[in-house]
Amino acid sequence: MTKKNGAVILLECLIKEGVDTVFGFPGGAVLPIYDALYDSPIKHILVRHEQGAVHMADGYARALGRPGVVIVTSGPGATNTVTGIATAYMDSIPMVVITGQVPTALIGNDAFQEADIVGITRPCTKHNYLVKDLKDLPRIIKESFYIATTGRPGPVLVDIPKDVLTAVMGELKYPDKITIESYQPNYKGHPGQIKKALQLILSAKRPVVYAGGGVVLSNAAQELTAFAEKLGIPTTTTLMGLGGFPGTHDLFMGMLGMHGTFCANMAVTNTDCLIAIGARFDDRVTGKIDEFAPYADIVHIDIDPTSISKNVSVDIPIVGDVKEVLKEMVKALPQAKALKEHRKGLSEWQAQINEWRTTHALSYNQEPNGKIKPQFVIEKLYELTKGNAIITTEVGQNQMWAAQFFKYDKPRSFLTSGGLGTMGFGFPAAIGAQIAFPKSTVAVIAGDGSLQMNIQELATAVQYKLPVKVVILNNMVLGMVRQWQELFFDKRYSHTCISVAPDFVKLADAYGAVGLRAKKPSEVEQVLKEGLAVKDRPVLMDFRIDQFEGVYPMVPAGQPLNKMLLV
Amino acid sequence: MRHTISVLVTNEFGVLSRISGLFSGRGFNIESLSVAETLDPHVSRMTIVTSGDDKVLEQINKQLNKLINVIKVYDFTGEDHIERELALVKVNITADSRAEILSIVDIFRAKVVDVSPRTYTIEITGDEEKISALTELLRPFGIKEIVRTGRIAMARSPKQK
Repeated sequence: MTKKNGAVILLECLIKEGVDTVFGFPGGAVLPIYDALYDSPIKHILVRHEQGAVHMADGYARALGRPGVVIVTSGPGATNTVTGIATAYMDSIPMVVITGQVPTALIGNDAFQEADIVGITRPCTKHNYLVKDLKDLPRIIKESFYIATTGRPGPVLVDIPKDVLTAVMGELKYPDKITIESYQPNYKGHPGQIKKALQLILSAKRPVVYAGGGVVLSNAAQELTAFAEKLGIPTTTTLMGLGGFPGTHDLFMGMLGMHGTFCANMAVTNTDCLIAIGARFDDRVTGKIDEFAPYADIVHIDIDPTSISKNVSVDIPIVGDVKEVLKEMVKALPQAKALKEHRKGLSEWQAQINEWRTTHALSYNQEPNGKIKPQFVIEKLYELTKGNAIITTEVGQNQMWAAQFFKYDKPRSFLTSGGLGTMGFGFPAAIGAQIAFPKSTVAVIAGDGSLQMNIQELATAVQYKLPVKVVILNNMVLGMVRQWQELFFDKRYSHTCISVAPDFVKLADAYGAVGLRAKKPSEVEQVLKEGLAVKDRPVLMDFRIDQFEGVYPMVPAGQPLNKMLLV
Repeated sequence: MRHTISVLVTNEFGVLSRISGLFSGRGFNIESLSVAETLDPHVSRMTIVTSGDDKVLEQINKQLNKLINVIKVYDFTGEDHIERELALVKVNITADSRAEILSIVDIFRAKVVDVSPRTYTIEITGDEEKISALTELLRPFGIKEIVRTGRIAMARSPKQK
């Protein structure tokens, strides 16, 4: 019988899980894995910083709907993944992170490049493991993928000491199926609850659907659209839910919350029946919690029981997979004729929604000879790509403008760090998405601040000839923080000016990427066209935008949603 | 309101830290905690005394259930159950006080488990009130040290068939 070491076994387990791409960075403790990778069919993407690897795996997972896989070494390699793991955890992204560890005999001895990464990541992983014996490795890998991808998805970390990687065993016996007694996610919604919810929804006069990232995660966009269409319910999504409902649909009201549309926020404030689907009532969505949806009975569909009645108490909770529950609900709807009557009954509400939609629609004013407005750049990008692109964002103003001014018709076409709000996420996530979809247009809408947090990955994108479009909305300030200073801190712009920055065009050149710049509105289209045409390497497009442009509407933190600062 | 909850967990390293980390990370209280193996050596039972309103307890229950290692969570509140703690109390003795202390020990059905020329060490089991009552009575004699376990609990069996 041939003997294989732990590293070879590990890669065989990954292949059994259908993994064909991993993101990583080598080091002492994982040398055996890298040696095995040398002969493996698995494609390894060599990053320039471990944080980049995790965000890439994250972007890959969000775009593709399959778990991202990361391999890094012990100690600093492992600790560098923490922000990326926490980002994935907050947004429920399936991911398996494999970290090297010092040999078992040295654990706890403050050995070279030792860090207690299992201890460090316990609160920001769905689950994690330290593998102490090679014979446990196949089961643990099986469990990791199972846990990462089922129920409410999330990152799982597997810490493997070097001696486990070098230990040998016979042929791999990989378990086909696995059950974990203490982990049994519930997919089917309770039929009684579904019935009660439908009764309530059908009797509502002013219903609103509030859909979140759960719709995207459970691939329920079609079911959601059918549900809303049949019942004629105006729909808003959270930042994470964008793309989960077609952005160009007549029933779509735009995003709700702190930077949500006037229409969505007014609708949620006045609704008598709020149907929350795969959303978790985050503070950026609800504003002042006591005055959120004050007239509404609330139905909440979510796979995670802890999300239900955590922030807002719910009238009809349904624990289950969003897709399954919506299917059941659509199945139980009345006949087409009755539904038509029902929709007719909502016409007054629909008219009110339309009035809100037009009174304070999202807007900006682009003077032909003035400074470039960031919204103009995004609208142009939408126009030129016909919306046919995967958009990732950094965090801050760029993220909100990207959410407001690009329309996402398809799920998994808008990738953003919603929960943790991680600056430095967007660019590596775009690289990950581009690797998942080599033929698609992938663009990151970035700020000059965020981009510089993981700019080193430009080398990765150049190395793998990835034509990621980096749209830099360059205002030379940390825009969102500066906006808060303007509004709430007497315009005391403490440490938000970052005008000392690299020349992004020269920087692109130095890395072997393409660098382009637009300083005037008239140059925007040309730069975008040129950038979009590049097919073999990344493009940095430096748009020098109006420094004083803000993100509006804005609900100041702690205020109710209908108290918006408008443009 | 105080709650005694029983948590069955898989008996693996790191589980205690997952549970205690959950409580500290989410700002839940732990007033006492005791852990030991159950009849099944792969399963441990943690008995946790915590406090909070209904909303907090609902979250504690759900969040505990969400941990991969947690098999079952049971809240004894409102159920007929037995609670016990154990305490060791080291109290000063003199020729004059010995007899009185022994009679207190007797009344409480506690026992003296260690004797030195200047101290008795008394072992007592019971619910929290009983242990507090004993320590209050012993306090005037000079308590040198107290060691108390966390609370453990078990549901009473139904009295009728």
